[in-house]
Amino acid sequence: MAKTVNVFIDGHHLEVPETMTIIEAADKIGIYIPRLCYHPDLPPTGNCGVCVVEIAGNPTPKRACCTPVAEGMKIVTNSKKLRSYRKTVVEMILSNHDVTCPTCPANNKCELQSLANNLGVDSEALPNILVKTPADESSLSIIRDTNKCIGCGRCITVCNEVQTVYALTFAERGIDTHIDTAFSQGMANSPCVNCGQCTVYCPTGALHERSELDAVWEAILDPEKHVIVQEAPSIRVSLGEEFGMPLGSVTPKKMYAALRKIGFDSVMDTNFTADLTIMEEGTECVTKLKAGEKRPLITSCSPGWIKFMETYYPDLADCVSTAKSPMSMFGVLSKTYYAQEKGIDPAKIVSVAIMPCTAKKFEARRPELSDSGFQDTDYVLTTREFIRMIKEAGIDFANIPDEEPDEGMSFYTGAGTIFGATGGVMEAAIRSAYYLVTGTDLQNVDITAVRGLEGVKEASVDVPGFGKVNVAVAHGLSNARKVLDRVREGLATKGESPWHFIEIMACPGGCVGGGGQPYGNDIASRARRGLALYEEDRNLPVRMSHHNPEVLKVYEKFLGEPNSKLALKLLHTHYFKRSVFNGQVTAEITHKHG
Amino acid sequence: MKFYRSHILVSINETSLAAGVQEFITALRNELAKNDLAEEINILETGPLGFFGRGICLTVYPENINYEGVKIEDIPELVQEHFLKGRPVKRLMVGVTEKFSPKFNYENRIVLRNSGIIDPENIDDYIGAGGYVALEKALTNMQPNDIIAEVKKSGLKGRGGAAFPAGLKWSFTSALDVPQKYVVVNADEGEPGTFKDRLIMEGDPHQLLEGIILCARAVGASKAYIYIRGEYKLCIARLEKAIKQAYDYGILGKNIFDSGFDLDIELKIGAGAYVCGEETALIESLEGNRGTPRWKPPFPGVEGLWKAPTIVNNVETLANVPFIIAKGADEFLQYGTPDCPGTKVYTILGDVAYPGLCEVDMGTTLRTIINDYAGGMKKGFRFKAALVGGAAGVILPDRLLDVKMDFTSLNQYSAVLGSGAILVLNEHQSIVDLLWSILRFFRHESCGKCSPCKNGTQQLYQLISKIRKGNGTMEDVNLMLLIAETMQQTSFCALGQSPIMAVRSAIENFTDEFIEITKK
Amino acid sequence: MIKEICQKYAPRKDNLIQILHEIQDQDPQHYISPEAVDTVAEYLDIPVNHIYGVLTFYTMYSTKPRGKNIIRLCESPPCYIKGSDNMLRKLKVLLGINIGETTKDGLFTLEFTSCLGVCGNAPVMMINDDVYGDLTEEKVEEIIERIRGRR
Repeated sequence: MAKTVNVFIDGHHLEVPETMTIIEAADKIGIYIPRLCYHPDLPPTGNCGVCVVEIAGNPTPKRACCTPVAEGMKIVTNSKKLRSYRKTVVEMILSNHDVTCPTCPANNKCELQSLANNLGVDSEALPNILVKTPADESSLSIIRDTNKCIGCGRCITVCNEVQTVYALTFAERGIDTHIDTAFSQGMANSPCVNCGQCTVYCPTGALHERSELDAVWEAILDPEKHVIVQEAPSIRVSLGEEFGMPLGSVTPKKMYAALRKIGFDSVMDTNFTADLTIMEEGTECVTKLKAGEKRPLITSCSPGWIKFMETYYPDLADCVSTAKSPMSMFGVLSKTYYAQEKGIDPAKIVSVAIMPCTAKKFEARRPELSDSGFQDTDYVLTTREFIRMIKEAGIDFANIPDEEPDEGMSFYTGAGTIFGATGGVMEAAIRSAYYLVTGTDLQNVDITAVRGLEGVKEASVDVPGFGKVNVAVAHGLSNARKVLDRVREGLATKGESPWHFIEIMACPGGCVGGGGQPYGNDIASRARRGLALYEEDRNLPVRMSHHNPEVLKVYEKFLGEPNSKLALKLLHTHYFKRSVFNGQVTAEITHKHG
Repeated sequence: MKFYRSHILVSINETSLAAGVQEFITALRNELAKNDLAEEINILETGPLGFFGRGICLTVYPENINYEGVKIEDIPELVQEHFLKGRPVKRLMVGVTEKFSPKFNYENRIVLRNSGIIDPENIDDYIGAGGYVALEKALTNMQPNDIIAEVKKSGLKGRGGAAFPAGLKWSFTSALDVPQKYVVVNADEGEPGTFKDRLIMEGDPHQLLEGIILCARAVGASKAYIYIRGEYKLCIARLEKAIKQAYDYGILGKNIFDSGFDLDIELKIGAGAYVCGEETALIESLEGNRGTPRWKPPFPGVEGLWKAPTIVNNVETLANVPFIIAKGADEFLQYGTPDCPGTKVYTILGDVAYPGLCEVDMGTTLRTIINDYAGGMKKGFRFKAALVGGAAGVILPDRLLDVKMDFTSLNQYSAVLGSGAILVLNEHQSIVDLLWSILRFFRHESCGKCSPCKNGTQQLYQLISKIRKGNGTMEDVNLMLLIAETMQQTSFCALGQSPIMAVRSAIENFTDEFIEITKK
Repeated sequence: MIKEICQKYAPRKDNLIQILHEIQDQDPQHYISPEAVDTVAEYLDIPVNHIYGVLTFYTMYSTKPRGKNIIRLCESPPCYIKGSDNMLRKLKVLLGINIGETTKDGLFTLEFTSCLGVCGNAPVMMINDDVYGDLTEEKVEEIIERIRGRR
């Protein structure tokens, strides 16, 4: 327990740990200090200068975000002078900002916009000093518009410290300082893994997804096209909050209703292919376990993680499951199995995925993911884009009556839905792998050791007939590094990995915290969304993927059995090695089955 | 030791090198030999002399005659007249064509006492002049705490600008019981118009080394870094040589003077960033990062280089320490004022008769410095203003010429002594122009980390540019004050907090000029 | 060559600035190329974006090829009040380039520098490692012509 100190904020006495900063102490008692660059999930940079407060005995104000409390400290958070400074600081920021709020993707979500509004600043108080520069539109996932950037540095912290991807940096100096990729080569030519965490933490519209909304609308409005849609597990738990429902509301049936109202021809669910993924990946895992394989099996559903592996850990590519992600399994099935079942020409099918993720936009365009003979997934919309679509269609989401999805590729189990939270894939896999090895169902399917927001989680499961299966779960790529470095070390020193099976999700919290999730996507809301998915799991009639009737049907009617020849052809993929310098493919490192 | 009739001290510095001093020395040596004077007249290559003359400068001892702007063509006349006939060449002498003869005040010097007298590239010269006596004393007769006590007693304040008491700073770090501590020398001198540290390092590098070793001993550091500007090529060369000599003499390395005390000193070259003069930015740069500052607290003395306690001191501060330890704090207290003991090195530039340097007691007035050490104004010009303390300093009008130059007195005028740079302007020069140049400098040197400084320096530059062109209004002038004040109150580090000094002093002391130019 | 320069230093991040200095000094075009950065990144095991951030922060480094001679004119107040802007105009006319540009023949690059600490001889400029002080327009022309004649 840290030592505590007595501080006085605006006359209120409080006793807080000495490791706290002033802003944390003030937040604790509900005194709001205006702020801009500060974010509770990230270490403070102190860049904006908005959160200045007066501390008795100091001639100049201090930043509340990075000044630690001290014994006897007397703090004033609001005064005539402080208000004037804050206003001028924000006016200076606005004088160097592309103030085009109504058309900005961050409109109404922008922290600068609301701060300026709250402080009552005049956006034209100072002469404009902005020198416009073209946006970086090189990436398939993320657009970076420097004209909207305020230099808070959150994206850099997230990219370099939380995700350890090392794509973004501050470049140049003084007024020319801006956020850039090395040698201004653009995000597509950097080690960027498209995870989009930078877009989540950006307080303004400087970083946002590449929108594919227009293309999707066009397909919907084209009578020739049959537009089929899938939604990732975590979408159903993050839509409600944008429409005035409590955080953590799980709304799959409103989601289906909205999609149908928007005009999608066929409303299915990615959770179905999440269950299918478990069958494929679980079978792969069991085969490996039975063969006494020393190298681990690592999950493959997170596209940010896959690109990260290809860039930084290509030596472990053979450990990564060859199973495609649930999205890509859905994509390929929509243009094979579904087309065949419905008797539709696959050339006319437009397969749309709604994902919590910006990296999925990159995944969808991987040339190797076209085993249907077409690009398997045509368009990927983020949760944020989908919300815009609902709003454009004028749908009162909170009050729309529930509807069921279309049949065929939409039934899901509890195992499928928890894919959206960190540890969920692992838990789902354990439930089914146990069955695949023993032929009996696990008694207690709640594997709580792999739940929660601990960066790296470990567990050991007793599987009769096999023994102990050691598993690890990491979310956020800096945590992934910790696990992968230990795997590398284990393989190098002992010739074996410390774990048999590893789940890795690129985003902290898993998909509920994905780079395409609604703004305000902080750790606390990720935790709440995750819990809601576990709640849904508990209440679903079927909780194990191998009992999903639609999954069983697709094997029976189309694929044969898990890891069958056709399954390997359609549902599995292979990996490449990428340059750390520019993210480009340098070699194919694993090969396609068969 | 050989006895010479006369010694010719030749200043080797950036300026004389640019003027071809190496060829000059060869020619002088040949000319002396030709006249059979090689055994009588000694040529000594040294650091900056007691004055700052043009081109190649010489001082002849024991006559104590100073020459400036001497060219190879002048050598035959110089040798004939001065060294054969004993008649100094008046046309080349400093100051004799005027009534004024600059004071070189060697008797009053501390940090520059050897400069221009000894060969800075020879450790024996430094030892001969009483060097490394303090170190021996400290390692044999004193405990680390005694060193700190002595420095505390001396009242030595940091000479980099913040004027924090050095002894107090050391005592915080010394008290920490951790395996690794560092001393970092801030030799990233970048304040416009300032080159006092360059003179100290060029003229007497061993004095700085001795100061570093004493500091490291006092706080318990085993590694020191000198972070020096990449532009200071000669300083770098001299320090490299001095460090090597010190290792050869067992003054650096393991078990110095059999005391069990180890210290390594490493030079680190900067790459061009004014902000790295800020101690935390300097530490970032040392670690191989962009030179952007860190928030304080924690202060570097507690958590600095690689998170270890780190003393960051300016060159001039450390150069004072050998004197304090060798002669005692009481002797040091004889200099300067009770509040600010010691001396201060100034560089005096602009429209004075003799731009140059001086080391004077703290508390000497600006008027005295300009008149006695720089010969007053250049002939035909009147004093209008002095920019004191570099770009981060203030613009003082003539009514403040009698302000005492020490940290306490200058604070009353919200001025900072900072770097000791004094830039003198004549009556024809425009304050608006000067301010424009200062604000252009800040705009260029802002590190861009915090938005008040990044956007503020640009706003100030654009506003002063508009005013300078005659397109501004008094509203723009007031806007500048608002922005500069907001920057002072909300900027992350001292850089952004500084422009207010120049902006406010220019506008307040020379209001008429701003009214005039905005009327157009 | 880049690798050999790297290997003179311990593979620690704090040597980055020194390594970049040496690479640039030895490059005939006085700059640091993306390929060089890639090599340094690998040697020091630090990300490329970090090096790029450092590279663009300090004024002494260039990411663009530069001329054989780098002219760095001091723009600080002491030089300014002594007429450095006239020297700038003269240099621009003489070389036919702006600040930050390189002459077509690859002989000169014109840059600003902050205070060189030679203010007693203001206005000053540095060409490569040499400082030229007490500049006048005539003197600037003479210096440039001398270098032009030397090639």
